[in-house]
Amino acid sequence: MNLLLTRNLSKVALAALVALLAGCQGGVLDPKGQIGVMEKELIITATILMLIVVVPVILMTLYFAWKYREGRGEAYEPKWSHSTKIEAVVWIIPIIIIAILGVITYKSTHALSPYKPIESEEEAITVEVVSLNWKWLFIYPDLGIATVNELAFPANVPVNFRITSAGTMNSFFIPQLGSQIYSMAGMETKLHLIADEPGTFDGISANYSGHGFTGMKFEAIATPTREDFQEWVDGVKASGEALTTERYEALVEPTEYHPVEYFGTVKEGLFFDIIWEYMGDMGRIEFYGKPEYGAELPEGVILPKRERTSTTHESEEASH
Amino acid sequence: MNLLGKLSWDAIPYDPIVLGTLAVVAVGGAALFVFMTLAKKWGWLWREWLTSVDHKRLGIMYIILAFVMLIRGFADAIMMRTQLAVATNGSEGYLPPEHYDQIFTAHGVIMIIFMAMPFMIGLMNIILPLQIGARDVAFPFLNNLSFWLAVSGALLVNISLGLGEFAMTGWVAYPPLSGLEFSPGVGVDYYIWALQISGIGTTLTGVNFLVTVLKMRAPGMKLMDMPIFTWTCTWANVLIVASFPILTAALAMLTLDRYLDFHFFTNDAGGNSMMYINLFWAWGHPEVYILVLPAFGIFSEIVSTFTGKRLFGYKSMVYASGAISILGFIVWLHHFFTMGASANVNAFFGIMTMIIAIPTGVKLFNWLFTMYKGRVRLEVPMLWTLGFMVIFTIGGMTGVLLAVPGANYVLHNSLFLIAHFHNTIIGGAVFGYLAGFAFWFPKAMGFHLDPKYGKISFWCWTIGFLLAFMPLYVLGFLGMTRRLNQTDNPDWNIWLYIAAVGAFVIAIGIAAQFIQLFLGFKNKDKNLDKTGDPWNGHTLEWSLASPPQFYNFAKLPQVEDIDAFTDMKEKGTAYQRHESYAPIHMPSNTNAGPIMGLLATAMGFALVWHIWWLAGASFIGLIVAFICRAYASNTDYYVQPDEVARIENEHLDNVAKG
Repeated sequence: MNLLLTRNLSKVALAALVALLAGCQGGVLDPKGQIGVMEKELIITATILMLIVVVPVILMTLYFAWKYREGRGEAYEPKWSHSTKIEAVVWIIPIIIIAILGVITYKSTHALSPYKPIESEEEAITVEVVSLNWKWLFIYPDLGIATVNELAFPANVPVNFRITSAGTMNSFFIPQLGSQIYSMAGMETKLHLIADEPGTFDGISANYSGHGFTGMKFEAIATPTREDFQEWVDGVKASGEALTTERYEALVEPTEYHPVEYFGTVKEGLFFDIIWEYMGDMGRIEFYGKPEYGAELPEGVILPKRERTSTTHESEEASH
Repeated sequence: MNLLGKLSWDAIPYDPIVLGTLAVVAVGGAALFVFMTLAKKWGWLWREWLTSVDHKRLGIMYIILAFVMLIRGFADAIMMRTQLAVATNGSEGYLPPEHYDQIFTAHGVIMIIFMAMPFMIGLMNIILPLQIGARDVAFPFLNNLSFWLAVSGALLVNISLGLGEFAMTGWVAYPPLSGLEFSPGVGVDYYIWALQISGIGTTLTGVNFLVTVLKMRAPGMKLMDMPIFTWTCTWANVLIVASFPILTAALAMLTLDRYLDFHFFTNDAGGNSMMYINLFWAWGHPEVYILVLPAFGIFSEIVSTFTGKRLFGYKSMVYASGAISILGFIVWLHHFFTMGASANVNAFFGIMTMIIAIPTGVKLFNWLFTMYKGRVRLEVPMLWTLGFMVIFTIGGMTGVLLAVPGANYVLHNSLFLIAHFHNTIIGGAVFGYLAGFAFWFPKAMGFHLDPKYGKISFWCWTIGFLLAFMPLYVLGFLGMTRRLNQTDNPDWNIWLYIAAVGAFVIAIGIAAQFIQLFLGFKNKDKNLDKTGDPWNGHTLEWSLASPPQFYNFAKLPQVEDIDAFTDMKEKGTAYQRHESYAPIHMPSNTNAGPIMGLLATAMGFALVWHIWWLAGASFIGLIVAFICRAYASNTDYYVQPDEVARIENEHLDNVAKG
């Protein structure tokens, strides 16, 4: 009995917990963007589907333990250990549930692919994201500005993120808007998000990257209109300094809890340079820069000729 | 050349917590040393235990190692939970990042590699040979060596506490963070050598037990007659042999990066850290099944014993375990759906992961239907099993949820993930080991644990677990990611407080484990297990004395049923007195195992600190010790028939009295 009582109590606690959760602000169950909303619905659908098996298993465990416990004089068949019918049922039920879930998974994985652009009548804006130790650099290539630890975009406008890292691996994540994706040096990942309403959302790194990781936070501001966004852009342009190659080198130095910074102008092609710094070593992989991979060469940027590798070759040749 | 490499006085961390711990360890160690010396027990310890090749004694030593490491790993857990309970609203708490980062790394490494693995291997060591009617494992010396390599790894991790630092990378040690550029200290090197040395020991264990199961089963025992615990251990050993070399290779490449300026996983010169991450999880995912499959076997044995029934669906269980093992190799990418792989790749790995839920679900149903029309005795091992069936089901559900890439994109690396894997590793593996510990303790030691404190331990672990980890599911939904050393979100505080309370309730559960042991020893004479069959068991280990005769079986049993011992009891062939016995061929104890373990520790330590002469000398020492052992001639002996007869008659007299 003791067992049952405690189990029931924990059930009540669980129910209370769910009720509390519903009232909470922030987080992935309080989404403010289309991707996040779809992901929340997916979580709920999948959970309900699984509860079809999980709840009976838990209840049957407790019921059988109580019903067949020693001294109650229930039926006892010590040699009964096989029933083709039951075996068929216990294999088929999970198979059906997982088959349904599998179909949902296939469809939702395609629908929610972080690489898939969001369909919208509004023209998307592009933000290039660089994780540095331990802060986020946001470059707006079309606007020629950059910020540190503050991200802004208009609500209801799709945002195309192109993401890389200049050091350790991080994960770019705004929980209330949905999906996260890793930032990796020498590689570019993509993420497409949209805010359905204006607001300021917490942005974090969701992959541990060293001492200053905890402080690697930023604010993601979804402005009510494009005009408000333009105002923010003008503010950045007015107050900010220039993000030159030298200034970038200084920014790369590790810092913790880095304050917000604005840069009114940015060296053209900086994001490309950051990726190429490491990708240049990848041998003769020259796909990067081809339009079908979505990364067009910014105007005026000339492909560096794999400096490190070629110098090694030259010095080898010289020594021969 | 500096004789001490990078080692200097600066290596001692002047941190009050660390120094306090070291002081306690030093005092405890000194007390133990004085006691052993006064009691003149050193020779006994060396001859009877440390050099023993008896699988039962090695098993006991593995479990002692597991409990010691449990204390260390749990101390880390308590520090993390209390840090996060006080470091709210932007407060810094009492652990600076460089200390906190070492703690969560050490916690993960210790709990998985040096607590769970030794516990699992310890139980397998004690029980598996007994269940298949063997007198020892196939390679008894290798078994001893494996144990000492595990101890060697554990020693290195703990030496790092007092000399230098441990890795600050998380237990997965992802590059580029774990590379020389971002982790120039000795922490990652301690990690590498601790895992390499103990990992080789684990691989040898896998080989050893596979051969044992394939070659040393009692006459009449076909593969499909093997007890279910032996079967699940066998699947785990297949996984060990297939997956641990991947870890060895991945760590070797990381070593080359760090020591010889290679560029496998660096950012520059064409390296790619994602290759390490793929390799790590190609080992890491099978690893969690290595931990949990034997636990499934333990639950199966316990359910069937404490319901007084045959296990329902034995064949289903065997095939389900096999399916889990094989599928476990093609799901590794679900640990990094957020790497940016295409939708088809993510969907494939997501669906493969979910498919594992099918055989796992079947197992749960089979345990249920074993209880059906049984006589359930709510003894301590059965309580753990029931607790497992409820808690693990929740963990399985959240696991499948994480396997849906669309859900994973928001739950990855969050505290939801932390809650999930503790839910399966504690609720599955650790509950299983503690159940097996209570179940087989009388067999291994000859007397019972205190059942009252066993039950208290179960309830504290269960309630503590729910308090400590259910809030983490909530925090995951609230957007809290893992490995933060402080928080600044008032909505999270209450859940962090509850989780900290839960950790202390688990601490009471751990204390109760030790109290049940202490009371067991104290009241030993009252709780002796004289018959060797305290639970009315089904399998061959219960046909022996408790603790078993050192040669296990005086005559190899003839097996005719899966529940071989039940079958014998029913046919009246159990406890037979024989007129005469043949001499029994047994392996001798060996000095080579502990010596090689010590040399491996010295080598690992020297490599961490770049003390090249010591590394070279201890490596040569290892080779020499191995060659000496390989060419030794007095490695075995015979137990004479009159001694066997005396021991057997004594046991059978005890059974007759009981």
